[in-house]
Amino acid sequence: MSDIDLDQRPANNRSAVLKSRLTSWDSIILVLTVLVLIIASFTVDNFGTSRNFTFMVLDLLPIILIALPMTMIIVTGEIDLSVASTLGLTSSMMGWLWNQGLSIESIIPLCIVIGAICGVVNGFLITGLGLPSLAVTIGTLALYRGLAFVVLGDGAVADFPWNYTGWVTGTIGDGAVPNVLILIVVLALIFGIVQHATPFGRSLYAIGANAQAAHFSGIRVARTKFWLYVASGAVAGLVGVLWTLRYSSARADNGAGLELAVVAAVLLGGVSIFGGKGSLPGVLGGVVLLTALQNALRLEDVSGQALNIVTGSLLVLSVLLPNVTSAVRGNWHRRKLRQASATSAQ
Amino acid sequence: MAEANARPRLEVHDVTKSFGAVAAVQGVSFPLYPGEAHALVGENGAGKSTIVKMLAGVHRPDTGTLRVDGADVDFAGPADAKAAGIAVIYQEPTLFPDLSVAENIAIGNQPLTRLRQIDRKEMTANAERLFRRLGVPLDPSRPARGLSIADQQLVEIAKALSAEARVLIMDEPTAALSAVEVERLFAVVRSLRDEGAAIMFISHRFEEITALCERVTIMRDGKHVATELVADLSVDDMIRRMVGRDLSALFPKQDVEPGEVVLEVDGLSREGVFKDISFSVRAGEIVALAGLVGAGRSEVMQAVFGVDPYDSGTVKVHGRRLKGGSPRAAMAAGMALVPEDRRQQGLVMELSIERNVTLPRARKLARLGLLFGGTEREAAETWTRKLQTKLGRLTDAVGTLSGGNQQKVVLAKWLATGPKLLIVDEPTRGIDVGTKAEVHRLMSSLAADGLAVVMVSSELPEVLGMADRILVLREGRIAAQLTRAEATEESVMYAAMGQEVSV
Repeated sequence: MSDIDLDQRPANNRSAVLKSRLTSWDSIILVLTVLVLIIASFTVDNFGTSRNFTFMVLDLLPIILIALPMTMIIVTGEIDLSVASTLGLTSSMMGWLWNQGLSIESIIPLCIVIGAICGVVNGFLITGLGLPSLAVTIGTLALYRGLAFVVLGDGAVADFPWNYTGWVTGTIGDGAVPNVLILIVVLALIFGIVQHATPFGRSLYAIGANAQAAHFSGIRVARTKFWLYVASGAVAGLVGVLWTLRYSSARADNGAGLELAVVAAVLLGGVSIFGGKGSLPGVLGGVVLLTALQNALRLEDVSGQALNIVTGSLLVLSVLLPNVTSAVRGNWHRRKLRQASATSAQ
Repeated sequence: MAEANARPRLEVHDVTKSFGAVAAVQGVSFPLYPGEAHALVGENGAGKSTIVKMLAGVHRPDTGTLRVDGADVDFAGPADAKAAGIAVIYQEPTLFPDLSVAENIAIGNQPLTRLRQIDRKEMTANAERLFRRLGVPLDPSRPARGLSIADQQLVEIAKALSAEARVLIMDEPTAALSAVEVERLFAVVRSLRDEGAAIMFISHRFEEITALCERVTIMRDGKHVATELVADLSVDDMIRRMVGRDLSALFPKQDVEPGEVVLEVDGLSREGVFKDISFSVRAGEIVALAGLVGAGRSEVMQAVFGVDPYDSGTVKVHGRRLKGGSPRAAMAAGMALVPEDRRQQGLVMELSIERNVTLPRARKLARLGLLFGGTEREAAETWTRKLQTKLGRLTDAVGTLSGGNQQKVVLAKWLATGPKLLIVDEPTRGIDVGTKAEVHRLMSSLAADGLAVVMVSSELPEVLGMADRILVLREGRIAAQLTRAEATEESVMYAAMGQEVSV
């Protein structure tokens, strides 16, 4: 094999591509997720019931929706930690606006706009002033949550119309498939297509891996990031509405701490915290894996505090494992070559 | 000088290394003797950098062995190579900019006081001792930030000496140095060699190899071609063995009747960087921007392309004024910029070859706003084939390619946009002679097809051979405009350095 000539390319191509696909982190996570689902439905009482399925979907709804724009943001090498506070602020605003007598039909779009405005503030501070996103969104994490308490205090607003709250918790035709699953599927498809099959999506990876080269290629780095934060805020606003309707309770502390679960799921799904790498199917797997594990443990009466241990450990593992596997793979490859050359020398 | 029967300090024995489908090094062997400077030459992609990385402990050979003083070694990481007395000086030094020179030298083995605190006095004294030995007047207490590349390399050498390195590997150390700096570097290297160090030297400049080295190893396509005494080979011999063929014309610029004006730059200024730059480029013309490093050539062209802002002046393409500060507007007007620094500006190293090629054009390739793998692969396939890029799979990360092939990918990326004006910044820096000739031929034929070309280059032979007109920049201003007939090495250098040009 002296020259790598072009015509030789396809020969070893397909099997090699297939092999690298199968051993990729995405596939490992997806297989792991299916395994957990299967094992849990056989070993954990009530896990496989349709009722529990509905609950699980409702549990993963906020994480999965916020993870969609979060994946894009982390792919560009940034982060948004203010999402759960944006959720809390929109929930508070929803309660306050309801108390002012506005109709629910105008409140819902208004809340999404409020979320988007939170994103505009983040986006301006990060791309307009060039501040680091970690610091900015930790700041707005505290700021938006604080505003939420200013709006609604310690109280709660609970008298939302039942046809809305009922839709969020209800199922299609009283079967096992929750109504909100439609929302999840539609949004995941939209975000998935944008991330993986549009020029905009391509540019995210270039920005995350090398922002300067992206700039030299005509990609508008700052503008792209700005819109990601707006999208992130708008989705967090939508989730604030859904959260409020699900529990039929607008509170300032709704969704507190949710940003950690979202970031954990995204990283678990194989997105690199340094940017430039990761895919949405992996992230969806990561969210389901995380939620299914927590759900199964809760059914086994594991306490809430112990559940945090699971989230935390998975987060650390998700950063650790890809490194370990690639090191192992490198060693294995070398050993194979050495053996091959040893036998050919004899 | 070493006798032929001396024991090699370091020996590379039948070493092989591949990355994915690309076999970078195949069965290469050569010895490095103490007290001898050994050149490693080959085209880009011949496997020189891979050899360096294996000696540095960054990569492990797949098969074969490295021997230090006759004993087999297996480096698990750069620390092991360092412990074995091997020091590597890269083209771009890797100092910590905010630490002082003395701290940089001592990093990793700082002298300690009895209380296990860092002994700063000893550290500074040590640095001073090393600089005296090297005969260079550097202040150990100044920060590394702001040192010239040449001085940074001297600090790296001092660092290697302080770690008592007995093998010094220099990977294209002279690429960014001026002639005076090269001479100073060589004086230092010669004295180290005479003290018994084994030196491995990589360069694309043959006059440097004949000036410095006793022995040369020639590689081609990852394989060992020859190891011989430099005195026994002519430069032509070396080139022939490197390329495996004779090189006819190095600079084959064809004469083209220039067409309409494509680019007009008028009074372009940027505070503190360049001032009042005006020139125009016609279709079919190659205009070179010459001048010393730091004269503002790259900055001017980056402002023209819109990746950098400018304060005043206008840029017109085909008579239409171009919005400043927007690479996207420049691209829409038919401009393409192949930047100076391909690792930081030209390519996204982690992304695949195909994604890199289609990056500036993704929006054009999309159908109904959607992109699928097929169209991108097709476009990438076409252009990498046209430029005869040597690669494994289009889905491999572009960082796995050799420097010359990476440059071809950058060219493919921009030629695929179908530009009317091509700006190339140091198009052949760090590229071997073979690929260099290919790039020159390509530029010439593109110009013949009516492309307007602006070339920024520090290599005078390239400027004189390729350009129809030459703009010489000095300290951010145009110091001279020379036609091909007027330009000589002397006239360009005089203008660049601020002397009167007598035509």
